Amino acid sequence: MIFSQHIWKSMQLLSLMAVVWCVLTPLAQASKSSEDIRCKCICPPYRNIIGHIYNRNVSQKDCNCLHVVEPMPVPGRDVEAYCLLCECKYEERSTTTIKVIIIIYLSVVGALLLYMAFLMLVDPLIRKPDAYTQPLHNEEENEDARSLAAVPTPSGARANTVLERVEGAQQRWKRQVQEQRKTVFDRHKMLS
Amino acid sequence: MDFLDEPFPDVGTYEDFHTIDWLREKSRDTDRHRKITSKSKESIWEFIKSLLDAWSGWVVMLKIGLLAGTLAGVIDLAVDWMTDLKEGVCLSAFWYSHEQCCWTSNETTFEDRGKCPQWQKWSELLVNQSEGASAYILNYFLYIMWALCFAFLAVSLVRVFAPYACGSGIPEIKTILSGFIIRGYLGKWTLLIKTVTLVLVVSSGLSLGKEGPLVHVACCCGNFFSSLFSKYSKNEGKRREVLSAAAAAGVSVAFGAPIGGVLFSLEEVSYYFPLKTLWRSFFAALVAAFTLRSINPFGNSRLVLFYVEYHTPWYMAELFPFILLGVFGGLWGTLFIRCNIAWCRRRKTTKLGKYPVLEVIVVTAITAIIAYPNPYTRRSTSELISELFNDCGALESSQLCDYINDPNMTRPVDDIPDRPAGPGVYTAMWQLALALIFKIIITIFTFGMKIPSGLFIPSMAVGAMAGRMVGIGVEQVAYHHHDWIIFRNWCRPGADCVTPGLYAMVGAAACLGGVTRMTVSLVVIMFELTGGLEYIVPLMAAAVTSKWVADAFGKEGIYEAHIHLNGYPFLDVKDEFTHRTLATDVMRPRRGEPALSVLTQDSMTVEDVETLIKETDYNGFPVVVSKDSERLIGFAQRRELILAIKNARQRQDGVVSNSIVHFTEDPPELPPNSPHPLKLRRILNLSPFTVTDHTPMETVVDIFRKLGLRQCLVTRSGRLLGIITKKDVLRHMAQMANQDPESIMFN
Repeated sequence: MIFSQHIWKSMQLLSLMAVVWCVLTPLAQASKSSEDIRCKCICPPYRNIIGHIYNRNVSQKDCNCLHVVEPMPVPGRDVEAYCLLCECKYEERSTTTIKVIIIIYLSVVGALLLYMAFLMLVDPLIRKPDAYTQPLHNEEENEDARSLAAVPTPSGARANTVLERVEGAQQRWKRQVQEQRKTVFDRHKMLS
Repeated sequence: MDFLDEPFPDVGTYEDFHTIDWLREKSRDTDRHRKITSKSKESIWEFIKSLLDAWSGWVVMLKIGLLAGTLAGVIDLAVDWMTDLKEGVCLSAFWYSHEQCCWTSNETTFEDRGKCPQWQKWSELLVNQSEGASAYILNYFLYIMWALCFAFLAVSLVRVFAPYACGSGIPEIKTILSGFIIRGYLGKWTLLIKTVTLVLVVSSGLSLGKEGPLVHVACCCGNFFSSLFSKYSKNEGKRREVLSAAAAAGVSVAFGAPIGGVLFSLEEVSYYFPLKTLWRSFFAALVAAFTLRSINPFGNSRLVLFYVEYHTPWYMAELFPFILLGVFGGLWGTLFIRCNIAWCRRRKTTKLGKYPVLEVIVVTAITAIIAYPNPYTRRSTSELISELFNDCGALESSQLCDYINDPNMTRPVDDIPDRPAGPGVYTAMWQLALALIFKIIITIFTFGMKIPSGLFIPSMAVGAMAGRMVGIGVEQVAYHHHDWIIFRNWCRPGADCVTPGLYAMVGAAACLGGVTRMTVSLVVIMFELTGGLEYIVPLMAAAVTSKWVADAFGKEGIYEAHIHLNGYPFLDVKDEFTHRTLATDVMRPRRGEPALSVLTQDSMTVEDVETLIKETDYNGFPVVVSKDSERLIGFAQRRELILAIKNARQRQDGVVSNSIVHFTEDPPELPPNSPHPLKLRRILNLSPFTVTDHTPMETVVDIFRKLGLRQCLVTRSGRLLGIITKKDVLRHMAQMANQDPESIMFN
């Protein structure tokens, strides 16, 4: 039973990743628009002509000196000698990938900023009437003794609604982060 | 597995900041495998399940490679854009960096290739001036403002959401892979925050790199995917195999070096590296490299910004400057490790550590203020390294390549002969010297702050700058004195003798080796970066020299030094124990200490056991036959005792405080009307490791290392004398090395 649950979860995740991948890969390859390809020829100084760089968006098979260097600065019989000096490279990029990734990144940073503002400003105001204080001092020492001496608590009254479970998960996460912050920033026990 | 419910602690999980029991994990995995194999013969469905179980390892590797490559691509693209954001913005599409914005420009002259009408510096945008003092000051001011903004955002995000995301990550991952548990260190929030803040801190211009944090990010991905399969989520030993492979994938995308990544994981990060993991690590590294390549962050299918492609030969006489660069690398490595550890210790123990956010802001401000005037420190460190590694072509506009060209020369681009240096090269040399000193000093204060920080790139930058200066020096000496004996044989005038870019590469390898003490993996990473096998000998010469010189001053690399600073319980495989102490010198209890807390096999009540647990904080208790004859039966873990007693009180009838606890197969003889006895044989480990009291500590340390033990019992003629834990071993080794044994923390 647990194995099939895991297979189901892996299928879900695999399909999610496949969807994400299918979105990204066509983005990476689809638009070979004129903005995305170019042939760059670097021609060093030749006799009394200064160095130049030429950019043109041609396909890879046309990426050579004759197609790209226009207007040709040398007369016809010197073209071959000039072109031997030039170095032509074909380059590709994907503008859609860049746009998508930057915009996703900025939205993630924005969401984190909003959540941080919420946690630091709005949350204490909501929590105050709740009187929910968790004594966090040296819990570990008392934990074992408490767990041995504890009367078996009724385990049937678990919070069942989604909202309460989310609340519980968030409280647990906040406690975890507070513990981590104490370990790293206050007690300097780790990562110093 | 439901993300919203609290994970229920069952008998198999470990507590935070404890060490795992490698032998038990291995035997549990063997049991599981045997069960699956035996069931697979029953039906087709079971057979398919056994096949899926066998393939799950490869599926995990594939997913890790995909996610690590994707995240590395996102990081590279975002860093590229945000670094240029400090200087200007692209008006046609704000998400383009400078190079992307001017990609389709039609400027043909070489000096103008960086200019295009769509890209405008901030001074042009705000006050419509692009030259002059006021424009410079405005650009300077905005550069500092952007850098401060990024750094402040990064440290706030780390502080509020994931404090474990700071630092490099490699020392902690080394400790985790050796069997230590740090809950949350490889969690989802740490992954998210580390990725996001890594982009911010690299873009802010601080002197740090992203390679070490990328290893942490890849290990977080590994942890995430391994928690989806019960084969890895329930077995901490198998999970660490996946994490080793994920670390290889992390280095592979950082450097574009799959083989180097696997070797780095093998040499630096992993503790137990079974050969089966080698092939899977390589697979993960390849998938990650391929994914990164298909995202194509740098626009020309290269994985790393400083990939070089020249193939000019080097000469035997050049080994002398290469070895000098190796010595420099070793000396710098020693200096950096000592200064950085001293500064981190000061941060840890004095008031400086109380102001992490302020510290980050001050260091960023200092870095930005000093870095802007020097063109070599103003741009990002990766671009600097790329420029230093690349050889000067015929058409270069940077000052570093301002050689005096022969107007009649008509050589193709790749074979430029040695030329005398123009004035631009001399300017570049002293600017590089200033940049070198600045980088050396500022990196000491930057590494270890409460932001994600790596040190591969700054070390390579220091080495590249030193190497390039030496290379230009040798080149000019060879040009001007080509009739000296050394140069006469291999350097004719008009030939391309000396490649300063190669010196920069060798310098970078030397400095990186001096700091991290990597050997094989360093050379492989460097030659995978350069794409040529011709330069293996210079790289090896420099790496070996730097390691020798650095080892002469101190045995530890930067990561081992940080492990010692933090007191992690990490038993290094590279340390040699050569003292002649015996097990009886190290075991607890010593003379004068209270006697060993033991459990008897059938004469203690539940209440006695609970009192013992409450009064002491040992992780486990040996079980003996009785208090008189202290013959050893087995070892019981504290956590399992607590859980078993709690379960028994809740579930079993008749178990009260006066019930006898027995570890034997059959309950002992009890008078009638006595409460129901509690059988705890299930949790008893019947095969604890024992040594005799005259076993030399050398052997004991070897056993601890090779088997990954947590504790070892000391007996004499069958009677239990004492116990040696891993912490005792570490403290003893620290004492023998004249270090402070009390600095080993973390029970």
